[in-house]
Amino acid sequence: MKKETTMSDEKNTAAKLEKIKAEILAKYPTKVARKRAKQILVNRKDSTGKVPEVGANMRTVPGIITQRGCSYAGCKGVVLGPTRDIVNITHGPVGCAYYSWLTRRNQTRPESETDENFMTYCFTTDMQEEHIVFGGEKKLKQAIQEAYDLFHPKAISVFATCPVGLIGDDIHAVTREMKEKLGINVFAFSCEGYKGVSQSAGHHIANNGIFTHVVGLDDTIGKGKFRINLLGEYNIGGDSFEIERILDACGITLVSTYSGNSSIDHFANSHTADLNAIMCHRSINYMAEMMETKFGIPWIKVNFIGAESTAKSLRKIAQYFEDEELKARVEEVIAAEMPAVKVSLEKVKPRCEGKRAMLFVGGSRAHHYQDLFAELGMETLAAGYEFGHRDDYEGRKVLPSIKVDADSRNIEELHITPDAKRYVPRKDEESLKKLENEGLAFREYEGLMPDMKENTLVIDDISHFETEKLIEMFKPDIFCAGIKEKYAIQKSGIPMKQLHSYDSGGPYAGFKGAINFYEEIERMVNAKVWSYITPPWAAEPELSANYAWVA
Amino acid sequence: MLLRHTSAEPVERTGLMINPAKTCQPIGAMYAALGLHGCLPHSHGSQGCCAYHRSALTRHYREPVMAATSSFTEGASVFGGQANLLQAIDNIFTVYDPEVIAVHTTCLSETIGDDLNQIAIKAKDEGKVPEGKYVIHASTPSYVGSHVTGFANMVQGMVSAFSASTGKRNETLNIIPGYVEPSDMEEIKRMASLMGLKTIVFPDTSNVLNAPQTGKFRMYPKGGVTVAEMKATGDSKATIALGPLASDLAARKLDTLCKVPCHTQELPIGLQATDRFVDTLRKVGGVSVPESIAVERGKLLDVMTDMQAWFYQKRVALFGDPDSLVSLVEFLVALDMHPVHVVTGTPGKAFEQKIRELTAHLPVPVNVKAHGDLFLLHQWMKKEPVDLLMGNTYGKYMARDEDLPFVRFGFPIFDRVGHSYFPTVGYMGGIRLMEKILDALLDRKDRDSPEESFELVI
Repeated sequence: MKKETTMSDEKNTAAKLEKIKAEILAKYPTKVARKRAKQILVNRKDSTGKVPEVGANMRTVPGIITQRGCSYAGCKGVVLGPTRDIVNITHGPVGCAYYSWLTRRNQTRPESETDENFMTYCFTTDMQEEHIVFGGEKKLKQAIQEAYDLFHPKAISVFATCPVGLIGDDIHAVTREMKEKLGINVFAFSCEGYKGVSQSAGHHIANNGIFTHVVGLDDTIGKGKFRINLLGEYNIGGDSFEIERILDACGITLVSTYSGNSSIDHFANSHTADLNAIMCHRSINYMAEMMETKFGIPWIKVNFIGAESTAKSLRKIAQYFEDEELKARVEEVIAAEMPAVKVSLEKVKPRCEGKRAMLFVGGSRAHHYQDLFAELGMETLAAGYEFGHRDDYEGRKVLPSIKVDADSRNIEELHITPDAKRYVPRKDEESLKKLENEGLAFREYEGLMPDMKENTLVIDDISHFETEKLIEMFKPDIFCAGIKEKYAIQKSGIPMKQLHSYDSGGPYAGFKGAINFYEEIERMVNAKVWSYITPPWAAEPELSANYAWVA
Repeated sequence: MLLRHTSAEPVERTGLMINPAKTCQPIGAMYAALGLHGCLPHSHGSQGCCAYHRSALTRHYREPVMAATSSFTEGASVFGGQANLLQAIDNIFTVYDPEVIAVHTTCLSETIGDDLNQIAIKAKDEGKVPEGKYVIHASTPSYVGSHVTGFANMVQGMVSAFSASTGKRNETLNIIPGYVEPSDMEEIKRMASLMGLKTIVFPDTSNVLNAPQTGKFRMYPKGGVTVAEMKATGDSKATIALGPLASDLAARKLDTLCKVPCHTQELPIGLQATDRFVDTLRKVGGVSVPESIAVERGKLLDVMTDMQAWFYQKRVALFGDPDSLVSLVEFLVALDMHPVHVVTGTPGKAFEQKIRELTAHLPVPVNVKAHGDLFLLHQWMKKEPVDLLMGNTYGKYMARDEDLPFVRFGFPIFDRVGHSYFPTVGYMGGIRLMEKILDALLDRKDRDSPEESFELVI
């Protein structure tokens, strides 16, 4: 069936997009419209490549249906969820623990049949009314004791839910006491759901907690010449496994991943790595910054989403180590992997080319996945983050100009100083400068907007209403968001790919992941089902017109 | 092993719940509110609550689940959520134009003591509620009861907000279907209509959470009980409340408010509970049971007769919600099965008592626990093995570790389809349940039979 002509079949112009923006804003009450106006932008670049300022990491207006979740989800769900050998106890009524139980598709591979793996378990204090009234510390203490007696884990952590902060349970005092009593690592996160404006606050709280309580506990320097940490990769659908495979083939040693397929032991030892490579900038940049300040480990931004991006990221890592053998090995691996990617692309690309995508997820994927769509010859019409900050959109160069509002100020900023003994700059200033001159950017993330074309739409914290409008006005060929958005979009006849959980797919990272993604998108945009929506009887309007005339 | 740390020896726990068999009130309230036509559920709390509930319901139904939130921040948590809710009400009516906003609380707003009734009145007074539109509410603290309690509270909220008596009784019957699937609600309506009865079923999520693919997204799908119907419930002849925990509260409220007499009974799952449902319809509705219903009953009985050998004395472990477990256990017992381990996460000793009564005559010991968890159930299963496990999707981890046939039943089911379309209530639902149990047991038999006794005809 021939597609209807839509606006995007013609060239989108800034004026047209501004008109769409105005149309969307017209629906909102004035105050809401004023706020949303800052968060909906037509992407432009001035002569210096500078993009407009976007409103991000701002409160969602009550009643405006949002994709966002809470601080607890960012802390327990996202960052700590993928670690297999910590008993994570959610302190609160049952719901929060329940909803974050196995729902994010984080995979893990314990080293043996008997190695610890608590990810299939859900632990909660299941607070009842009496605990809200009289306090829940006693119950929490008992829960930690019972977890210890049953499992003898090496670590137990505690996550606060909303009422815990309100009733004033001192979870940190409880965990300190139990740590001393049990002789294992016990620590807590004050990640009450109301903190901050989205999951993002929870990421920060998680970073602080792991850094304070775990990082640096094990100084053993492991084997390997090129030792790195991968930050902000959560092994959804097996992404970490594929990246591990590739790094291994290159002879790069992964000390720790934060936190896909991870063990607390990896975190404890991660300060011995020589480079931090960041995937999801939003959720984990704090960790990289703190590790650099305290231990002297530089960080670079990488992206293993997309075959070309994977190759580029590997080259960056090799470039950092300034080792010719490694550089050669990396080229060999890329050369060995690329033919299969090309074969798949040749098959799939003709059936995807020219189609148009929209991506509204997370704090990095709405950016990273544009690379995969580009490899397929698909155009990104609009994109935005659910919980990104301005630096994720405009690049870290805007960091000094970001105003810290009351919500962000409530999230603790740790003051880190160089470790008296263990601060070892991995490279001196001179070699860092040299590498920088050769194009390797440290402590830098360019952001989503400079990477997107001009005259595309950038929307932060997109609302349901805006989603519906975009679909109506652009009729994209595929829309990427999360589970809550999935069926509203598919009911509109547009295929929807989940880019949080990958639906049931993955891995999509690395070379094999790229092939998986190409095939998945090819299946989705060409699926027969979309052609059956109109029943045969509705396709013959003459007959009904005839009846209407008779009547 | 997926649950490699679960040992066979249960020890008493008072602090830690491991692998819950329940979730919190607000999700039940959100589900119930979706059964009201033109309604947008609203979660008065942090954004995460709403996001989690929408996600869980969406995964279970594979349908749009629209709901809004008060998006509490630290400030709202300290100073109260009134300003957030007032703003939300204004925005929702302006942008999303529902007929009704159904607000439920969360542990956060309950702990700080927000008074929904007062805020709803204030919203009305300030002109934030357009003429002919409604804000209804229910108090659903997450630290009391379970998702079933939240469902019950929101259904009661619907009655409190709408049900009115004009003084003129009519022949209509109200049916509160309980915390069941949209397919079950549809089936309850179908059975009542076969009986020739005019009914108002509320809430009614059929054609909301099992809506057709039409190529056009509808924010408010065609299904759901309408406000007009809800108002009319006050004039009905009687209310039949199915599932005491989920439905009794609203039925009693209706009795108190509008003097509509209520009949509360178990969910019509399985032969006997469906018999009692039909008999109540007959007596309360003043009609006789039509041949068509008798035929359906006969079909159920026929399958029970034909396949009796495969059910006989099979040991079953099951978990879920009290209302559905009570009826399911009764059915399994009628099939001569042995439900030996029964766990619900929802607190309430009445459940244990009821299961004990239903299984008292069995020749085997029966373990039952309210406010229990799957860790305990799994320990029981390890100690005293079973032939079959029934429960929601979380059961698959135990089923795989113990190499057990597994039938998905209850909420949530995240990994299969069918529950939204094919009922387990009523006689036809009973046949479907038997089919699912037999498929699981016989697939296992076929898998495990030695080649010489692998049978074509079973």
